[in-house]
Amino acid sequence: MRFTRITRTLGGLLLAGAALAVPAAPAVADDEKPAPTEAGTAFRTAVAIEQGQKATADASTGDYLYWQFPAGAGQQPTVKATVTLPEASTRNGDATWRLDVFDGLRRRQACSSGEPLRRAAREDASVTLTCTLRTVRPWAEKWSNDPLPGAYYVRLTVGDAPDRDMGLPVKAEVEATAEDAGGARAEGGSLGAPLHAKAVAEPEDGWDGSWWSGRWGWTLGGAVLCALAAVGGYTLTRHPRRR
Amino acid sequence: MITRKRLAAGACALFVALAGGVAPASAADGPPKDSPKVELVLDVSGSMKARDVDGQSRMDAAKQAFNEVIDSVPQGVRLGIRTLGATYAGEDKALGCRDSEQLYPVGAVNRTEAKNSVARLQPTGWTPIGYALRGADKDLDVGGGTRRIVLITDGEDSCGQPDPCDVARELAAKGTHLTVDTLGLAADDKTREQLSCIAEATGGTYTTVHHTKELSGRVKQLVKRAETPVETPRPTQGGNACATAPEIGAGIWTDRETFGEHRWYKVKVKPGQELRASVSVAADRAVERDYGVLVRAVGEGGQELVRGSDAGSGRTDVIASGLRHPVYRAEKDDTRARTVCLEVSQSFAAPPSVKRDPGLPVELAVDVVKGPDNPSDLAAFGLGRGWVLLLVLGGTGLLAGLLFGWLARWRVAVWREN
Repeated sequence: MRFTRITRTLGGLLLAGAALAVPAAPAVADDEKPAPTEAGTAFRTAVAIEQGQKATADASTGDYLYWQFPAGAGQQPTVKATVTLPEASTRNGDATWRLDVFDGLRRRQACSSGEPLRRAAREDASVTLTCTLRTVRPWAEKWSNDPLPGAYYVRLTVGDAPDRDMGLPVKAEVEATAEDAGGARAEGGSLGAPLHAKAVAEPEDGWDGSWWSGRWGWTLGGAVLCALAAVGGYTLTRHPRRR
Repeated sequence: MITRKRLAAGACALFVALAGGVAPASAADGPPKDSPKVELVLDVSGSMKARDVDGQSRMDAAKQAFNEVIDSVPQGVRLGIRTLGATYAGEDKALGCRDSEQLYPVGAVNRTEAKNSVARLQPTGWTPIGYALRGADKDLDVGGGTRRIVLITDGEDSCGQPDPCDVARELAAKGTHLTVDTLGLAADDKTREQLSCIAEATGGTYTTVHHTKELSGRVKQLVKRAETPVETPRPTQGGNACATAPEIGAGIWTDRETFGEHRWYKVKVKPGQELRASVSVAADRAVERDYGVLVRAVGEGGQELVRGSDAGSGRTDVIASGLRHPVYRAEKDDTRARTVCLEVSQSFAAPPSVKRDPGLPVELAVDVVKGPDNPSDLAAFGLGRGWVLLLVLGGTGLLAGLLFGWLARWRVAVWREN
């Protein structure tokens, strides 16, 4: 009888722990500020956007378009850019579009997945580029190139197009979103200050991510399990009927 | 709470009243002396007669666009207009290539006056773009603020000398933060190449225009862009070794570096601080396909502390990299500032036909922040995760329970015996 009760309690606790381990749902971005309708033309003039905002810009083929967005520790940012190409009749051939992401120190960041480079055929009306960065870490050694909390620059441009297509009007749309990487990627440590953070707004969970992670569930669950196991073990050795 | 709100409202009202009292006075004087400046340079050469923009002549399209732009100039922008090829219709090249004059001086815009002066323009002469760019740069020499030239033309430079592209690079190298944006009304290869080259040399943009709407929209966008506040970089000149390098502090700096050159800068960093430096080298002319950049932080003893690098190939505006270097305290009350040297080099190469001088524009963003950079724990505050953790904790608990249970039983048994 008692054993079943103990196992039941244990199971319940484990379940509770597992529930705690599930990462909190990503916060919904508030659309209070209107999305920018311009893009910068250099790192220095990069237009700041918020996560979840859809920024647009009118530009010419060949322009280098810059935006910057914030990302905090524990987030895995994804940048998605859609370019509405000039009318097919005015174009002369295929064009390759490119999306580059740099961190706040202007260091190139690798896209762990996504298609940051795509060839648009002459008849295509638009081309969509994506780049998912590695998970942002709260701290990294100075020699490493790991993504750190702070601003991230996005550069969108045509990489290769027929010379005659340069200067034709295009429309660009950029959106940066971030997914919470969850407790599995939770880390400690922090930077003295986020990288180039003056220009962008702090993300909802703060630069160093939220203090909460699924690891609290696992650790607390483990502690409770330990205590119960101890009580269980103790009870096993002292059989009640013998006493 | 309510009192505080009221107080805030009162303060706001006071502020508004004060601002209201001050604003009209400054509005009467026009935009302040360090407000951004834009000069529109319009080609009024004979070829602007061609009727190929939405059925009207290029000149009419430009006039219509100018009217719209003049109507929508933001308050804080000083606007000027210059023409090229507007007066001399003759055959004498020497005269035709000096035909560029200021139509409207850079300053607060009187809309009617500006529109009237534009309305009088008739397509006439040559296309001295290089000469006009120099003139426009002089026109913009009034007070501080950023400078932007918007060049609208329908053909390549018909004068040859000075080469407009070289002029643009030379003006950009003067360190006055000049940007030239170009708009081409005709899409022939030579015009496009030349206008792209001018834009590239100054970090500007090139646009091909087919419709009136595109023209006015783009010019409006460029004028509005001038208004966006930007931190203006300060000029510096890097040394060729750490010892002779100039000392620079936090801020944005610009320099020029020719192909194969290395430039050094010094930064003082106190213990407990972190040096952050970003470098971008712009490709402002035709360069070979592959390129790279390397920025190194070198310590007082000449040893490398950390480096940042990037490489790439293909079309690009800049190549950038950065580094961060925290300085630790050697002992408890260590306050001696360390000198960190930054070495900037790039591996751009250019075909022999390309001019080497002035060098490529280098932008250096330096920041010194408080940065302990000594995390006590990297493992998520010591929290654990996973089934192994539970197994270990559960197993340990069970063992401890069993051990204590047996111990207790043994003690009871011993006690009973005695």
